Amino acid sequence: MIIKGRVWVYPDNVDTDVIIPARYLNTSDPEELAKHCMEDIDESFAKEVKKGDIIVAGHNFGSGSSREHAPIAIKASGVACVIAKSFSRIFYRNAFNIGLPILESDVVDELEKFDEIEVDTEEGRIRVLKNGKVFKSSVIPDFMQNLIESGGLFNYAKKILNV
Amino acid sequence: MGMTISQKILAKKSHRGGVKPGEIVMADVDLAFANDITAPIAIDFVKRLGVDVFDKNKIALIPDHFTPNKDINSANQCKIMRDFVKERGLPNYWESGEVGIEHALLPEQGFVKPGMLIVGADSHTCTHGALGAFATGMGSTDVGFAFATGKSWFRVPESMKFVYKGNRNKWVVGKDLILYTIGKIGVAGALYKSMEFTGDAIRELPMEDRLTMCNMAIEAGAKNGIVEPDDVTIEYLKERGIEKDQYEILKSDGDAEYSDVIEIDVSNIEPQVAFPHLPSNVRGVSEIKEDVKIDQAFIGSCTNGRISDLREAAKVLKGNKIAKYVRLIIIPATVEVYRQALKEGLFDIFLDAGAVISTPTCGPCLGGYMGILADGEVCVSTSNRNFVGRMGSKKSFIYLASPAVAAASAVAGKIVHPDEVVK
Ligand code: SF4
Repeated sequence: MIIKGRVWVYPDNVDTDVIIPARYLNTSDPEELAKHCMEDIDESFAKEVKKGDIIVAGHNFGSGSSREHAPIAIKASGVACVIAKSFSRIFYRNAFNIGLPILESDVVDELEKFDEIEVDTEEGRIRVLKNGKVFKSSVIPDFMQNLIESGGLFNYAKKILNV
Repeated sequence: MGMTISQKILAKKSHRGGVKPGEIVMADVDLAFANDITAPIAIDFVKRLGVDVFDKNKIALIPDHFTPNKDINSANQCKIMRDFVKERGLPNYWESGEVGIEHALLPEQGFVKPGMLIVGADSHTCTHGALGAFATGMGSTDVGFAFATGKSWFRVPESMKFVYKGNRNKWVVGKDLILYTIGKIGVAGALYKSMEFTGDAIRELPMEDRLTMCNMAIEAGAKNGIVEPDDVTIEYLKERGIEKDQYEILKSDGDAEYSDVIEIDVSNIEPQVAFPHLPSNVRGVSEIKEDVKIDQAFIGSCTNGRISDLREAAKVLKGNKIAKYVRLIIIPATVEVYRQALKEGLFDIFLDAGAVISTPTCGPCLGGYMGILADGEVCVSTSNRNFVGRMGSKKSFIYLASPAVAAASAVAGKIVHPDEVVK
């Protein structure tokens, strides 16, 4: 998949409490959650985010709580993919499970808010449009690639259970 | 090459002779659980599949975060859980009046045994490693998958060994050891890895303190925290009617491989405080030179809401009054803790000091209700996270500490060493 879009830039250790604060966790409705996405780190995000935008960040993105509501809120905001130097492991799994593409790369160091990048998710290649620089992302483990190809965890469960 | 205890459990549960770090295995889970925030999505997963849960006795649903229901939406979330439990005849569910915070309730009620593989739709599931189980937090979809299939996939983690030695100083508890450790390695210091807590000082450490330490493994990014079972573990289980023939004790091999071995002399550790807004922003309490005035102190949560925590707080509060304009909120983590504290007369000490005591709930720990912070307010909390906005306003400030430090700070109106209050 090729994703081209403008970026929102965030620092290290963006935790799931700022991605979607617990005061909004009395629902799991994606549209409701999207209204408050990133609210405690960036109030402008939910108002100005456009379909196809990309989030880039530093280390340990999605740390803290296991709330799947965090990637759900990001995806429902229209964000096409998240690229960080590293992810918290629970967030990483959750994003995969709900079909939000995520890649590990240092590209954030090269970017300012609303710069544009082009991402090839299969090749793990990220191109910065303003200067043509190319970054590689780490590859997705085979097992997870297979999970995606077999239609995610839900279809995998169907296969195991024969239903 | 030998294996660590974490690797051994994963090997056993995936029916392999051995596993290596980095491998991905599909393993059988012994217990899967979710709470009122995470369960609805997991339940939906099972319902959409149109199947039964894999084993009624091996799943637990615990409405602890926003209960007794804090508003209409959270009441509806709980209703989804309750309806599911009724419809499927699931035995492991607790209504208000019985419920406690999941990571305090499950070990206390004898659901956690050494050698088990446990997944929970809550990041602090790592708590249960204190009993020698491999326990890790996941999202709702992963736990929904476990509810339906009895399985989960794991990337076998590298293990980090933390060797604690020496004697603990007065007032120093498990909370201080783990805060100190996170301060040393950082919030991503154990990312994707197992934290194995060992050494003479751990052998000396009571089970409740071990639970506190494993609870905060996630705050260093770890997949799980674990302590090898020993006499303390066996005794804790015995008190809950679980005999040695009901579980298997696994230990790390002498030649097991660790990515890091970190030695910590606990005799150098004093009560610790994590400053806003990261659990790794740690300082010893005597290193705090400025006055950190507080508006609220919170004693509770899955980290420090157990009976030993309330006893520590009571030691400090006995005969003292909390400072004017400070709120002290005390929340026993389970009904058993609540009843025990009441029996021991701790409630009188708390009420005399001017504290408010709530029914068991997560409540303010995650900014749910029962003690939300206003703009600019400062709270010293015995919980595990001091992220921006975690307990209310994003303009508020949270300091993490032990129950004794939180209680002493409530009395002094600012963050202090317990010795300043208990003369
Ligand atoms: S007490 Fe706090 S950290 Fe523990 S489960 Fe509840 S919300 Fe999570």
